[in-house]
Amino acid sequence: MATETFYYDNKIVRNFAIATAIWGVIGMLVGLIIAIKLFAPNFLGFIPELSYGRLRPLHTNAVVFAFAGNAIFLGIYYSLQRLCKSRMWSDTLSKLNFWGWQAIIVSAVFTLPFGYTQSKEYAELEWPIAIAIAVVWVIFGVNMMVTIYKRRVKHMYVAIWFYIATFITVAVLHIVNNLVLPVDMLKSYSMFAGVQDALVQWWYGHNAVAFFLTTPFLGFMYYFIPKAANRPIFSYRLSIVHFWALIFIYIWAGPHHLLYTALPGWAQSLGVVFSVMLIAPSWGGMINGLFTLRGAWDRVRQDPVLKFLVVGVTAYGMATFEGPMMSFKSVNAITHYTDYVISHVHTAALAWNGGLTFAMLYFIVPRIFGTKLYSIKMANFHFWAATMGMVIYVIPIYWGGITQSLMWKEFTADGTLMYPNFMETVTHLIPMYIARTVGGSLYIVGVLVGTFNLFKTMNSGTLIADEKAEAQVAEIVSTSRKEGNFHRWLESKPTLFTILTTVAILIGGIVEYVPTALISSNVPTIESVQPYTPLELEGRDIYIAEGCLGCHSQMIRPFRSETERYGEYSKAGEFVYDRPFLWGSKRTGPDLHRIGGKYPDSWHFMHFMEPRSTSPGSIMPAYPWFATQTTRVESIPAKIRTLQRLGVPYAEGFDQDAIEHYRNQAEEIANGLSSSGFDVEWDSQMVAMIAYMQRLGTDISAQPGDRADAVPLRTDDEADASATASHN
Amino acid sequence: MARNVLETVQGIEIFPLISLVIFVGFFALMLGYVFTMSKSKVEELENMPLRPDSDADDIFTADPKETRN
Repeated sequence: MATETFYYDNKIVRNFAIATAIWGVIGMLVGLIIAIKLFAPNFLGFIPELSYGRLRPLHTNAVVFAFAGNAIFLGIYYSLQRLCKSRMWSDTLSKLNFWGWQAIIVSAVFTLPFGYTQSKEYAELEWPIAIAIAVVWVIFGVNMMVTIYKRRVKHMYVAIWFYIATFITVAVLHIVNNLVLPVDMLKSYSMFAGVQDALVQWWYGHNAVAFFLTTPFLGFMYYFIPKAANRPIFSYRLSIVHFWALIFIYIWAGPHHLLYTALPGWAQSLGVVFSVMLIAPSWGGMINGLFTLRGAWDRVRQDPVLKFLVVGVTAYGMATFEGPMMSFKSVNAITHYTDYVISHVHTAALAWNGGLTFAMLYFIVPRIFGTKLYSIKMANFHFWAATMGMVIYVIPIYWGGITQSLMWKEFTADGTLMYPNFMETVTHLIPMYIARTVGGSLYIVGVLVGTFNLFKTMNSGTLIADEKAEAQVAEIVSTSRKEGNFHRWLESKPTLFTILTTVAILIGGIVEYVPTALISSNVPTIESVQPYTPLELEGRDIYIAEGCLGCHSQMIRPFRSETERYGEYSKAGEFVYDRPFLWGSKRTGPDLHRIGGKYPDSWHFMHFMEPRSTSPGSIMPAYPWFATQTTRVESIPAKIRTLQRLGVPYAEGFDQDAIEHYRNQAEEIANGLSSSGFDVEWDSQMVAMIAYMQRLGTDISAQPGDRADAVPLRTDDEADASATASHN
Repeated sequence: MARNVLETVQGIEIFPLISLVIFVGFFALMLGYVFTMSKSKVEELENMPLRPDSDADDIFTADPKETRN
C-alpha cells in the first residue's frame, strides 16, 4: 500500500487553545462578580452595565459559548484531523470559524451589558448576532463534514459520530429558537408566544446542554481517555448503544424544565418519562469511560490529564443521575426555582466541561509545541484547586437550595405560611452564598495557575504549525476491491449517519411541539386577557433588558404554598401576548406574576431606588437610573407594528396613536407619584416599569370596562381574517 | 384539554402504536447490529485513536505496544 504524506494544521488548534483559556478566565471572573453581588448587592456601584441582571447572561454566554465553545472547536480540530488522518479540509474555513466565533463573543460583550437581549436563556444574543452564529456554525460544519468525507481511513471512530450529532442538532435548535421578528437592528419579538415560546425555549435550552455541553465532550472522552491511558475504550459495542440511545432520548426531555407550569400535562409527563430513561445511556457512557482505565488506575496518580478526565467523567455521572431525579415531579417541586439547580449545573460545568477542557489543553498543548508540560506540580495544584473549588462551590448551595425550598413550603399548625416574608428565606442563604464564592474563587485560582502553566509550556517549545504525518492512502480503495459495493455504501456513511442522526433528533422535537401548536388556538382563551398597553410594553422591554427574569419567575405553580404566598396559580391563557415568555427559572427574589396591584406605585418607586428601604435585608440591586433615564418613546410605533404582524390584535392604525396613549397613561402614573412626593418625568424608565409591574397578573380578575387605559382592539371582522395567526 | 384536541386528529389511535414500533424497532435493530459485529472489526475500530498520529508523537507514548487484547 502506498503511503501519502500530509500535514496536520496545529496552528488553528493553538489559536483555539489560547481563546479557550482566555475566555475561560474572563467568563469565570464575571461569574465571580455576580456571585459577590448576591451577598453584597451594591458591589461595583450603580453602573447599569455592571448590574447583576445584565452580567448574569454575560457570564452564562461567556462560559458556555466562549469557554466551552472554543474548547469544542479545540478538541474537534485536534482529534478529527488525527482520527481522519487528514488535514482540515480548508484552512480558510478554519480561520473564518476561529475569527468569526471570536467576533461573536466580542459582540456579546458589547450587547448584553448594554441591555440588548432576547432574554431566552442561553439564546440571549439579538437577531443579527444569532444569524452570525448560524453562519459560523455552518462554516464549521462544512469544514468538518468535508474533512470526514476526505478521510484516509475507512471507518469513522465513535468520537466523530458525537461531533456530527453536535453540529446537526445545535444548528436545528439554534435556528428554531431564534425565530423572531425584528423591530430594529437590536430589538426583536419572538415568533412564539407564552406556552409555545416556553416549550420551544426549553426544548432548546435543555438540548443546548445536551448537544453543546455533552455530546462534543463525550466525543472527547472517547478520544482522549484512550489516548491518555494508551488503551482502547472499554467496550466499543457499548459506545454504539450509548450514542444512539443518548441522542434518541435526550431530545425529548426538555419539558422537565417546565414541570407544574402552565404547559399541558401530557407534555410534562412525556418529558419526565424520557428524562428518567436518560440515565441508562448517560451512565452507560460514564461506565465506558471509567472502565477504560481498569488495570491502569496507577497512571491516574501520575498524569494530570487522566486526573481531570476521571473526575470530569465522574462528575458527569453525578450530574446525569441528578438530572433524571430532578425530573420526577415530586423532587422537582422542591428543587426548581432554587439554588439547587445552580449547583447541579456547576457540578457539570466546573468538573465535567471544565475538567475535560483542561485535560485536553494539558494533553494537546505540549504535543503541538513539541515539548513537555512546563510544570506537573502546577497542573496537580490546578487539579486539586478545581476539584475542591467545585466541591466548596456546590455543597453550600445544594444545601441552601433545599433549605430555601422547604422554608417556602413550611406551614404553621394554624395553616398559615411559616415564613410569609420571602426575605426571611433569602437572608438565611447569605452564608451559603459567601461559601460558594470562596469555592468559585479557588476554582479560578486553579484556572489562572493552569493558564500560566500552559503559556509557559508554549514558551518553552516551538509550535509545530504543520505537523507531518503519513497514512496509507490505499486503505479504502483496497477494501472496496474485496468487498465490492460495500465500499460505496461505506463512503456514503457520513451522509447516512447525518441523516439518521437528524431523524433521531427531530422525532422528539416534532412529537412534542406539533400537538402543542395544534392546541395553540385551544390554549383556554381567557376573555379578560388583553394585549399590553404601549407603556406596559415598554416597561416589559426594560424588564427584559435589565435581565429581571434572572432572579424573578412569573409562573406560580399550583401548590398551596405558592397560591398562599403569591395568589392564584398561573394559567396558560394568561400568556398569549407574552413575546418572549418571561416565566424565568430561578427565584432569587419572589415570583412576580401577581405583583400587579399588590403595592402602590410609590412603593415600587422607593423599591427600585433602594430595595432595602422597603424590604430590609433585600439583595436586589438598586435601579436609580430608572428615575433619570428616558425610554425610547419614538420606537413604540415600530414595536406595535411588529406585534401586529405577529398577530397581536391591536386595532388597525393604533401604531399612530400609540405614543399619545403612552403619554396619557404615563402622565397619570407620574402625577400620582408626584402627589406622593416623588418627581419623575412621564417618559422615564421608572414610569414604564411601574406600569408593567402594576399590570402583571391582573387580567385574570379584570372585569370589562375596568381599564380606562385599555388598548383599542381589532374589530371582529378584522380578527376573523387573521384568526389563525393570532395565537401562534 | 389536550385529549379533546388530539381526539379530533384523524387516525390518532395509530400514533402511539407507530411510536412504539419505531422506538422498539430502532433499539432492536441497533442491538442486533452491535452484537453481531465481529470481534476483529470491533478491535480494529476501538484501536483507531491509538494509531500513531505522527513521528512527533513518539516522545509521548510511553509504551506503544501496551494495548488491551
